[in-house]
Amino acid sequence: MTQQQTAGGDVRLTGISKTYGSFTAVHPLDLTVPQGSFFALLGASGCGKTTTLRMIAGLEEATTGTVSLGGRDITDLPPYKRPVNTVFQSYALFPHLDVSENIAFGLRRRGIKSVKKQVGEMLDLVQLGDFARRKPHRLSGGQQQRVAVARALINHPQVLLLDEPLGALDLKLRRQMQLELKRIQTEVGITFVHVTHDQEEAMTMADTVAVMNGGRVEQLGAPADLYENPRTTFVANFLGTSNLIEGEIVSTGTDVVVSAGGGELRLPVGRCPSPARSGEKLLVGVRPEKISLTHTDDADAIPDGRNRVTGRITDSSFIGVSTQYVVESPAGASLQVYEQNIERDSRLAAGADVVLHWNPEHTFGLDAAQSINAGADGLEDVA
Amino acid sequence: MPVLRLLRRNLVVIAGLLTLAYMILPNVVVMVFSFNRPEGRFNYAWQEFSLDAWKDPCGVADLCGSLSLSLRIAVWATVGATVLGTMTAFALVRYRFRARGAINSLIFLPMAMPEVVMAASLLTLFLNMGAELGFWTVLIAHIMFCLSFVVTAVKARVMSMDPRLEEAARDLYAGPVQTFVRVTLPIAAPGIAAGALLAFALSFDDFIITNFNAGSTVTFPMFVWGSAQRGTPVQINVIGTAMFVIAVAVVLAGQFIANRRKSNAGK
Repeated sequence: MTQQQTAGGDVRLTGISKTYGSFTAVHPLDLTVPQGSFFALLGASGCGKTTTLRMIAGLEEATTGTVSLGGRDITDLPPYKRPVNTVFQSYALFPHLDVSENIAFGLRRRGIKSVKKQVGEMLDLVQLGDFARRKPHRLSGGQQQRVAVARALINHPQVLLLDEPLGALDLKLRRQMQLELKRIQTEVGITFVHVTHDQEEAMTMADTVAVMNGGRVEQLGAPADLYENPRTTFVANFLGTSNLIEGEIVSTGTDVVVSAGGGELRLPVGRCPSPARSGEKLLVGVRPEKISLTHTDDADAIPDGRNRVTGRITDSSFIGVSTQYVVESPAGASLQVYEQNIERDSRLAAGADVVLHWNPEHTFGLDAAQSINAGADGLEDVA
Repeated sequence: MPVLRLLRRNLVVIAGLLTLAYMILPNVVVMVFSFNRPEGRFNYAWQEFSLDAWKDPCGVADLCGSLSLSLRIAVWATVGATVLGTMTAFALVRYRFRARGAINSLIFLPMAMPEVVMAASLLTLFLNMGAELGFWTVLIAHIMFCLSFVVTAVKARVMSMDPRLEEAARDLYAGPVQTFVRVTLPIAAPGIAAGALLAFALSFDDFIITNFNAGSTVTFPMFVWGSAQRGTPVQINVIGTAMFVIAVAVVLAGQFIANRRKSNAGK
């Protein structure tokens, strides 16, 4: 499988959009998926990610814009003429054909007679050698999913499109298939475009993630970059959890100082939306696992130079590797804190007064002119 | 009360067997009387066992002629109604067009309307058009009333089909024709087959509509009806038995093949 050459190229979407009557599913968007990358389109249902995928496949006609593959414009090609294959959410295996005929389908349609060897290789790749003669309905969900992948991959497409292929699987199997897909992608070196609403899945698997919301790409980048430097509240809330505190800029320099909840917080100017001017409002963000909790009695032991917020624990839940606290604070929101269970302070329980402190480096700033809760439950803002 | 307990335990089985007997008994009677040698012209009382009728099924004037006519009409009506009905069903399920709702309900009309009314109005229509009654008028009438049944059977199947399957086929390099032949048709096949079988059975034994619109042409049901006035030849039972046996054989063969496929797929 390794010596397959994929005459490749980038997938380039230029000004592509889709409208149904008066409803705009996808606003004009530009997107480049580099050859050989694992690219994820992440967003809540109805955000336009599947429509975007289907426009690449040719199953949906673009209202405006073009799709090109390796420099060739394929916008007007029907799906059966595009060197692109899809793994459907429901797998869409042909119920009247057995596993090996399902896998051989694409080869046969292109007039290739001797399919046996290639089908055998594919069955090995997805580890289904013993099931070649079974009908799809006699396979488990995970097996069906692997058949769907094999059926698409056997054609050596330039791009493999995956439309929430793991959505129907239970959690454990999903984890397993995530690794499996990642392994296959590394092995065959084909460009994968993966659509999902599961942020963890997108971050585990993809090299690059495009977060979509309301038919637009909110932000695009490597998973760690998106997580550490969200540029919108939607991304901050949709990708993991963020504590967002409203404040007002007091001074700027190498560090921006913000007054919030009766105290002052610092963050590097590079992590603020530019330009940061004094007197303007700013949302100060910090991830729950960056925060340390110290009981008020020990507040003197906190090193200088850290951002501090005082508060009172309202809830704590022990979840094995860590403990999650909810802290009410004059800074406003109920703040989330995740503490590793290394040395547990027994005083940290509901009702305890605490100081939250973290390295200013780990603080990010967001434009205050947007909803602080966008993307928080992963379901709103779908229109 | 061991008898009562036995009854209670096997109530479902007993009810099933009684129903089966109720359905099969008339066929058994037809079968048994095909081996009769009746006295006189009517085959209503058992006399003695004989193979005479089986040896000479066409021994009665016009019987085999009417039978072959009925078979020809049934085959063509099946073909016509199945092709038209399948296309109609796909159109109704897959496409949104004006009058779709109206057509959806109009399709049921031939099934709901009393047959004799339809027969009479068809005759009026044919006479007004100056059509010559015979093979063609019967065939047209049969296709018309079989159509509803085919549409209903195929529609149910098409509605349960996942449109993603056809998208998957197109995604896998199958053009429109290939997609239809390789994916759509095989998956819709059970519905189409059910519709076709229904059409054949309905056309073959239709009497009322045929009788009104056949002119001087005589189909098998018309022949049976006509001869019943003057006497019933044993050959009618022979033909009836043969049809029954063939039908049962076809069903059994179908199930046998399906079972074999299933157990093969398990390996």
